[in-house]
Amino acid sequence: MNDHVILRCEDVTVSFDGFKAVQGMNLELKKRGLRFLIGPNGAGKTTLLDAVCGKVKPSGGRIVFQDGIDLARRKEHQIAELGIGRKFQAPSIFPTLTVEENLELAMRQKRGVLATLRTRILSSERKLIRTRLEGIGLGGKGTLRAGGLSHGEKQWLEIGMMLMQEPSLLLLDEPAAGMTDRETDKTGELLQEIAQERAVVVVEHDMEFVRNFASIVTVMHEGRLLMEGTMDQVQADERVAEVYLGKRREATC
Amino acid sequence: MKVLQRASASRYGLATAYLLAAALLAAAPLFTSDFRLNLLAKFLAFAIAAVGLDLLWGYTGILSLGHGVFFGLGGYAMAMHLKLQASGGKLPDFMEWSGLSKLPWFWTLFQSFGMSVILGIAIPSLVALFLGYFTFRNRIRGVYFTILTQALVVISVTLITGQQAFTGGTNGITGYGELFGYSLAAPEMKIALYYVTAAVLVVVLLLSRFLVKSRFGKVLRAVRDGENRVRFLGYNPAKFQMAVFVLSAAFSGIAGMLFVLHVGIISPSMMGIVPSIEMVLWVAIGGRGTLIGAALGALLMNGAKSVFSETYPEIWLFFMGALFIVTTVFLPRGIVGLVADGWHRLRLLGRRRKGVPEHERSRYSAV
Repeated sequence: MNDHVILRCEDVTVSFDGFKAVQGMNLELKKRGLRFLIGPNGAGKTTLLDAVCGKVKPSGGRIVFQDGIDLARRKEHQIAELGIGRKFQAPSIFPTLTVEENLELAMRQKRGVLATLRTRILSSERKLIRTRLEGIGLGGKGTLRAGGLSHGEKQWLEIGMMLMQEPSLLLLDEPAAGMTDRETDKTGELLQEIAQERAVVVVEHDMEFVRNFASIVTVMHEGRLLMEGTMDQVQADERVAEVYLGKRREATC
Repeated sequence: MKVLQRASASRYGLATAYLLAAALLAAAPLFTSDFRLNLLAKFLAFAIAAVGLDLLWGYTGILSLGHGVFFGLGGYAMAMHLKLQASGGKLPDFMEWSGLSKLPWFWTLFQSFGMSVILGIAIPSLVALFLGYFTFRNRIRGVYFTILTQALVVISVTLITGQQAFTGGTNGITGYGELFGYSLAAPEMKIALYYVTAAVLVVVLLLSRFLVKSRFGKVLRAVRDGENRVRFLGYNPAKFQMAVFVLSAAFSGIAGMLFVLHVGIISPSMMGIVPSIEMVLWVAIGGRGTLIGAALGALLMNGAKSVFSETYPEIWLFFMGALFIVTTVFLPRGIVGLVADGWHRLRLLGRRRKGVPEHERSRYSAV
């Protein structure tokens, strides 16, 4: 397997009671870089992420991580331990824990029952958490209950938690949904920055956002790969236009 | 700095309250009658079970309506040992009545006190592990898990009631009064047993507090807040759920053993649906997710129960019902929540007078 490839999806199929949400999808990701995954509603983007992180099991094909680890055989928490972080569309943080505690649990560490009983937070870890808090714009809010944060702050906290995991592959589902324009831009910059050290996949509907921050875009349609290329190439492509416009025409009927 | 001072002030207040409570517990035998002391000891045993239930329900969000079973299993372990002691090498009376001629093999395990205590903890733990393994690993949770715990109660009560020859049936196991050859009814013994129970409660509280403050405890609360998020962070929630379920079952088993020493009887009716639900109510009324609230809830509810039932024998159940309704409707965070809110408001008042800015005042984190 190529050294520079961290994830390879080969002919992946996911079906729900006979309905094939993803059918024969192929995708290859390099160790570093930001990849946007777009496509009309129901194209299977989120389902593909679900299959990678173990939330759903593919009914066919292979998902290979790093040097030959078959993800289809692993459970969600094992996949997370391998270094794959997943952020869902709705912010999901732990509302009754403090912001710092949210980051503390996400931090790279042993995650067994006994390990969590014995461990004490080190001052180096505390420093790391503080630094991360600043990085996601929540400096000074560490001791507040996470449930009291605004929607945007919660999204940021969750991204911060993902980063504490130090994943080598990060899967994000519409990270900028519900954010203001300024927050969206900051999110984009943050994503570009963290993609310098790891592979990041972002499912996104906001074309403006994709245009501003994407280098390579993968377009999915009806569970398959439609095309892959730069944003300019994608925008110039007739099939892509048809898929999106076709949808729009249907919607106006 | 100010925040620090305030935090330490309330910490002193809390420490004083705890010391006072400990002193009260230690001094209780000096000013209570034997009868009252025995009641109090029984309530302290209940409080041990309540603390375990709080770890499970208050912190991890798993509602069990089957902890009566674990309490009962502990109780039976102790009762079987006492019964064998009382029978003095002969067959226990109810076995003879049922036509048994030989002591069943599993009864022989309970001839030693040490072994009985170990089994009184191990059996409830193993039953909890068994149930937890098949439910949590298969992601059965919420109301479905709760229904399964009720099923466990029905199965256990039916089994014990039906196997009269081995378990004493509906009557339970009673008719014993000695431990190590000393009478359980002797005043010195009562006082000793009271102190043992109080000490166990304190140890259970301290241990639970350690657990809750550790990262383990944070994971438990995280499981309550968002089991899936925990999973995608790389923790296996099922293991944490099993661990806390087993621990709380063990606490209930210990409580059951102490209960039998104070009361001198254990029967299926003491581990049934109603006692199981009552245990949950103690926690709800005391205040979920506070540990000390669970213990207080158990003491106060049982205290109220005995006061009402003595004073108003005809209508005391209505009082209890009213108390339940009032607390669940008006005090969703229980008695401890009420006290904490009251304390917080008092401090706000004080600060307003001193002129602390508004945004400082509204800073408020619970738990």
